[in-house]
Amino acid sequence: MANRSVVPFGPQHPVLPEPIHLDLVLEDEKVVEAVPKIGYVHRGLEKLVQKRDFNDFVYIAERTCGICSFMHGMGYVEAMERIFNVDIPGRAKYLRTIWCEMSRIHSHLLWLGLLADGFGFEALFYQCWRMREQVLDMFEEATGGRVIFSVNKIGGVLKDMPAEMLDKFVKNFNYLELQLKDITEVFLKDYTVESRLRGVGILSKEDAITLGAAGPMMRASGIKIDTRSLGYAAYEDIDFEIITSNECDSYARCEVRIKEIFQSIDIIRQAVSKIPDGELSVAIKGNPNGEAFARMEQPRGEAIYYCRANGTKFLERMRIRTPTFTNLTPMLHTLKGAELADVPLLILTIDPCISCTER
Amino acid sequence: MASIMKFTGLVLKNLFSKPVTKNYPAEERKFPERSRGSVQVDIDQCIFCGSCQRKCPSSAITVDRAARTWSIDRMGCVQCENCVNNCPKKCLHMDVHYTQPEYTKVTDTVQGPPPAPKPEKPELTPEKIAELKAAAAAKKAAKAAAEAKND
Repeated sequence: MANRSVVPFGPQHPVLPEPIHLDLVLEDEKVVEAVPKIGYVHRGLEKLVQKRDFNDFVYIAERTCGICSFMHGMGYVEAMERIFNVDIPGRAKYLRTIWCEMSRIHSHLLWLGLLADGFGFEALFYQCWRMREQVLDMFEEATGGRVIFSVNKIGGVLKDMPAEMLDKFVKNFNYLELQLKDITEVFLKDYTVESRLRGVGILSKEDAITLGAAGPMMRASGIKIDTRSLGYAAYEDIDFEIITSNECDSYARCEVRIKEIFQSIDIIRQAVSKIPDGELSVAIKGNPNGEAFARMEQPRGEAIYYCRANGTKFLERMRIRTPTFTNLTPMLHTLKGAELADVPLLILTIDPCISCTER
Repeated sequence: MASIMKFTGLVLKNLFSKPVTKNYPAEERKFPERSRGSVQVDIDQCIFCGSCQRKCPSSAITVDRAARTWSIDRMGCVQCENCVNNCPKKCLHMDVHYTQPEYTKVTDTVQGPPPAPKPEKPELTPEKIAELKAAAAAKKAAKAAAEAKND
């Protein structure tokens, strides 16, 4: 038996966008076991719900994470809308759908860039982030913020997008789609990229189910589950096929995410063509009482929001179950037996968002 | 073999295109109209109700009604626009420009104008009191008459 050694990995590591620590037990160059440790960016955001007015907590909820900020805010308001039992106007639903998909596009582009950086393809990394910048510019034009949007409120949305802005965005996304096609060629057909991704980090369908994988990680293992098909916001009026792959490796995860960007662009086109006119929000009365769940498909997978109110303006409890948290176990599974050089790549393939997970 | 030349097209395209980055700060960045840069106050309109202070999720705003000042911790403000949306007099607005980076924490305090003098009450003379009483009695009688007519 070869000698075992323990290599600490993270929380500060060039490849990691966010802090997670792993103790890698190595046998020669092979990982035998990985022991994770998180808790570096805990901010106690969930506890704050007991000290902030439930209306103002939207702004705190969306600061849970910088990438899926819109969806965190939206998850909280959807749960609160269920407590209040209000049905928001159609236009607000469509606007939320468009912003959700824009978030997904920029999150996946960010991930593609990080992946390219992870396997050492700097130039490709810059190409991805250049495209992402266009989405952030559109966000700033529509909502006033590049990362934190602050457009959700309980009962609807705060800002409207006029028809000319929507048309302009569709044109921008058509252009983005063209650029993305060039990048897709490189990600899915280039020899160097394939040699780093093919057959690395296999997560079989059975393992994905038993270990509780979520989002693109799960869909890359051939499981056809997408929370968007539940029909929250305006998704019930929109046609889309759940994208899956049966290859179960890192290449499949990359492929699923790239195809999801194309799909998101298509969803935005559909939403813009179907968006109704009307009010942006409905007024809510009184303080909330009761409890509610909301589920939504974030770029990283399914997130669950739970709110419990007691009839005062402060909630008793707010809880978020983030996709990264459930994806950590499958990640540890894929790390077992991997080469040390593939470890950064395998951590990246779950698209870790540790600040969501720790809140 | 073709699979190793996938990036070449993009490289050539980039080689002959203009840079996407701006030469900041020599070239000024144009902010979109809705950009949330920093909160500004039109202090002449402010009634010092403290609504912005109560609504601020990061407790960055302090309103002192007695001293008639409105102050904001620039480093604490998270630019959520909640104060702007909740201001009853609409005297707050978001400026598109961000606040300048600083070495120390900056608190901007805006001093409001002194309160407008209250209109003086007219002096009550015995004749004036008698007049007001007569008017009130006439009004009461008219009301009673109207009620009796309705019955």
